[in-house]
Amino acid sequence: MNTLRRYVSLWVALGRISLVQEMMFKLNFILWIVVEALWFALQLAFMGVLYSHTDSIGGWTKWEVILLSGCSQFLMQLVSIFFMTNLTNLSELIRTGKLDFFLLLPVNARFLISTRKFEVGNCINALLGLAVIVWALVELHYRPTFAQILGFILLCGVGLLIHYSWMCLLASTAFWTVRSQGIVWGYYNLFNIARLPDVAFPPGVFKAVFTFVLPMLLVSNVPSKLLVGRLQSPWEIGLLLSLGLLSFGLSEWVWRRALKQYTSASS
Amino acid sequence: MRKYLHVLGIGIQNTLVYRVNFLFRAAFGLIPLMGTLFVWRTIYADKAPGDLVGSYTLGAMVSYYLLVTFVDALTAVAEDDWQIAADIKDGNISQFLLKPVDYLTYRLCLYVSGRAIYTPMALVPVAIFAWTQRAYFAVPPDLTATLGFVAATLLAGLLQFFLAYTSALLAFWVLDVSTFIFILFAFEYLASGHLFPLDILPPWLTQALYFTPYPYLCHFPVSIYLGRVSGAELGQGLALQSLWVGLGYGLARFVWSRGIRRYSAAGG
Repeated sequence: MNTLRRYVSLWVALGRISLVQEMMFKLNFILWIVVEALWFALQLAFMGVLYSHTDSIGGWTKWEVILLSGCSQFLMQLVSIFFMTNLTNLSELIRTGKLDFFLLLPVNARFLISTRKFEVGNCINALLGLAVIVWALVELHYRPTFAQILGFILLCGVGLLIHYSWMCLLASTAFWTVRSQGIVWGYYNLFNIARLPDVAFPPGVFKAVFTFVLPMLLVSNVPSKLLVGRLQSPWEIGLLLSLGLLSFGLSEWVWRRALKQYTSASS
Repeated sequence: MRKYLHVLGIGIQNTLVYRVNFLFRAAFGLIPLMGTLFVWRTIYADKAPGDLVGSYTLGAMVSYYLLVTFVDALTAVAEDDWQIAADIKDGNISQFLLKPVDYLTYRLCLYVSGRAIYTPMALVPVAIFAWTQRAYFAVPPDLTATLGFVAATLLAGLLQFFLAYTSALLAFWVLDVSTFIFILFAFEYLASGHLFPLDILPPWLTQALYFTPYPYLCHFPVSIYLGRVSGAELGQGLALQSLWVGLGYGLARFVWSRGIRRYSAAGG
């Protein structure tokens, strides 16, 4: 319990430092929020154009798909707030040998490296994602129960865990290859398919890979379906949960193996 | 002229160093595209057979996206704008002011050599992808369309370069240009027809977009290839596209001459 409290207070302190740093460049801070919001608007516009030519995509109506986009945006922004910058920086830490410094501190190195910097500005965009979810629910005239909302939040947490685990795993390849930013950005690119309804994908290799290996087609689909009451079987929730645990276990295993053979640079 | 040929050579060598990186990028970029195509296929499957979206059949729609990927591989600016902005910020352009080398021509050479290497690289995954969709892939309807497509793609490349060059020159005035570049890129992505064919929009909107340079970056060449623009319209379009290229060049020169007056050679 004491350990947990120590880590929470450490996390809060890191967050405060990030906020102070961001505020030094106010205009840039605001412009980044605009950039992210613009890209989100672009995706919504694309969905709007698609639905001006059809009424449903594999049984999903316009507002259901917009809710899915909102959910996907929400998760993507959470990843950006907490992990994206930190994980893309990992290869730089390895290349310069600065990682040694983190390994010497009396805290879990993986925790510190993954949470060092917060992208505070992305909070606004995460809220924007939530706002779009609420807007879509209003348009759908659907009122989720308390249990559905709670389940949605928990499943979003699992989705975040999956994204984090995979990104950390891919970033860890830098221990062998030194350069891994490209791979992490590539993963980020895959977020683009997470906002599409899974029923649009025919059974096949593509769908199998992005459901069972890199569960892009589950992370935002399952919470969204739960929220609008489209979930056909609890099996999907079970699958998402087990994939979450599996990805995290795998990434922790890779992280430990990687650290074991880390030889440090320039020291 | 020989010095610029030399620059071309250097650019090719620099690009080749990161060939694996390029291959990765090209391959990763295809996955969201496949997602989009799956969605379109589902939309067409829900419609009555023979129903169109705008004036596109499913085959035309798939070809459209394949051609967009192809034109994009040929014309996209990869790192050029970031490098130009960094050159200005770090004071690296000072050396070009002293040497008998024109910076715009120098950057254009690097851009051309980057494309010359990137395109064959990008074509590997694109070709595999095109092969999986080969049922939809068609050749241009006639020779005029083929030649028109080649000309329009070349002009699109030049226009793309001048736009990227000019927006990177904002670095003379602001410290961090990345946000501006991303904002411009978002508009370009939508208005050039990368996301979807512009002519499935309401006609007034499509026409309004054609008053901007953006459709000439991508939608125009692809439409020529698909035989959707021909005859007098084709000639007129190419003339307008050339006009935009000329304007882009003029703007690039103008902004440079204004920017250089503010240039303080930081760190140089």
